[in-house]
Amino acid sequence: MEVAISIITGLMILGALFAIHAKDLLSAVIACGIVGYGLVICFLLLKAPDLAIVQIVVDTITLIMMVAVVLDSSREESFSRLDTFGKIAAATGLIIIVVLFYFFIIASSNLDVLGKSSLRMANAYIHGAAQKTGSANLVTGVVFDFRGYDTMGEAVVLVTAVLGVLTILRLKGKK
Amino acid sequence: MIAYYMCFGLFFVGLYGVITRRNLVKIAISLSIMEISTFLFFALIGYIDNGVAPIVNPADPDKIYVDPLPQTLVLTAIVIGLATTALLMAVIIRLYRKYKTFDIREINELRG
Amino acid sequence: MKGMTIIVKKTAQLIAGMIFMYGIYVIVHGHLTPGGGFAGGVIMAGSLILVILSHGTDFFSLVKEEMGTTIVESAATICVILIATAGFLFGTKVFFNNFLPKGNVGDLVSAGVLPLYNIFVGIEVAASVFIIFLSLIIFKEESPK
Repeated sequence: MEVAISIITGLMILGALFAIHAKDLLSAVIACGIVGYGLVICFLLLKAPDLAIVQIVVDTITLIMMVAVVLDSSREESFSRLDTFGKIAAATGLIIIVVLFYFFIIASSNLDVLGKSSLRMANAYIHGAAQKTGSANLVTGVVFDFRGYDTMGEAVVLVTAVLGVLTILRLKGKK
Repeated sequence: MIAYYMCFGLFFVGLYGVITRRNLVKIAISLSIMEISTFLFFALIGYIDNGVAPIVNPADPDKIYVDPLPQTLVLTAIVIGLATTALLMAVIIRLYRKYKTFDIREINELRG
Repeated sequence: MKGMTIIVKKTAQLIAGMIFMYGIYVIVHGHLTPGGGFAGGVIMAGSLILVILSHGTDFFSLVKEEMGTTIVESAATICVILIATAGFLFGTKVFFNNFLPKGNVGDLVSAGVLPLYNIFVGIEVAASVFIIFLSLIIFKEESPK
């Protein structure tokens, strides 16, 4: 299992590198789709069918929106050598990456090995959750019953994002 | 353990893109790559060997289930990610109509 | 916005209804099978986007549709909050209380208020994604090239 996940993640890294370095913006957007659809396969292998259903549709809609934005433009990206500010930014980014990697090494000693999760938190959710909520799908039970506040916050964030999009894209005021 | 490191590598690729690219669409793509690596990490830490998807069968309750909590957190995060990407795209298309370019250096120079 | 060729139009007419029904199925069975409000809502929005992309519309009907969809989205969000607040009236007085009878695990009508949450969140997500798409299309129609 770990080998399969690693191979698919490696392909996703290749797709991401191509998306960042592509000359044509349209091919960059489509290469970004490799990453999203690779994630769907990972979710299916990791026994998360709910997430796979959501991700495969969300990725398609994201692709449609990005293509709609890119198709109007000249689609060319002009590469040029980094100026002074760019060099400073790249050096800062390198330092950030090294620091993050150091902390990741420290933290990974406390992570469980893949496939041997110790379920510290979820034991209460798994045992008896079906009787407490009456829902056979444990993910739905946790989303709407144990963590209802979380879901309500998500709904409010969605409404706020839609209001933001409507405000930005409105050219003429409504009568 | 190698899967965690690969997942972290995907995060680094996104960070590299955000820092070095000057094109607004490329920056949006890099941000969504970073987002996706986070989702993958959450799904990884909940996985259990020989576990089944967290859907209870009332006839046969004594199975090993995958941890449902990280899946719940990712489920809401995916939809929010779609909304934030849409907001980013709205800002980008508005900037393109005003300045006729995606390059943030030129937008900086054409200020006003 | 112009539509596509007749082959695409006929295929979209055949498929879009089935995709919409599948979205409703995923929402209604959200507490029994994989899926739920988020997945079903995004699928329903995908079928509506398919119809608009293949057939094309004129500007005024797009604006009318956007106003209607905005009202639907706000109403669904208010319904979610109202059901959550209704938990204060029955049984244990807490927010997000599951006050309806639970029923048997595995039946279609079970799990108390969870199917209601699923339905309203599904409508809200579908309307939100559809509004975002509509406003992008309206902006591209409205602005000078």
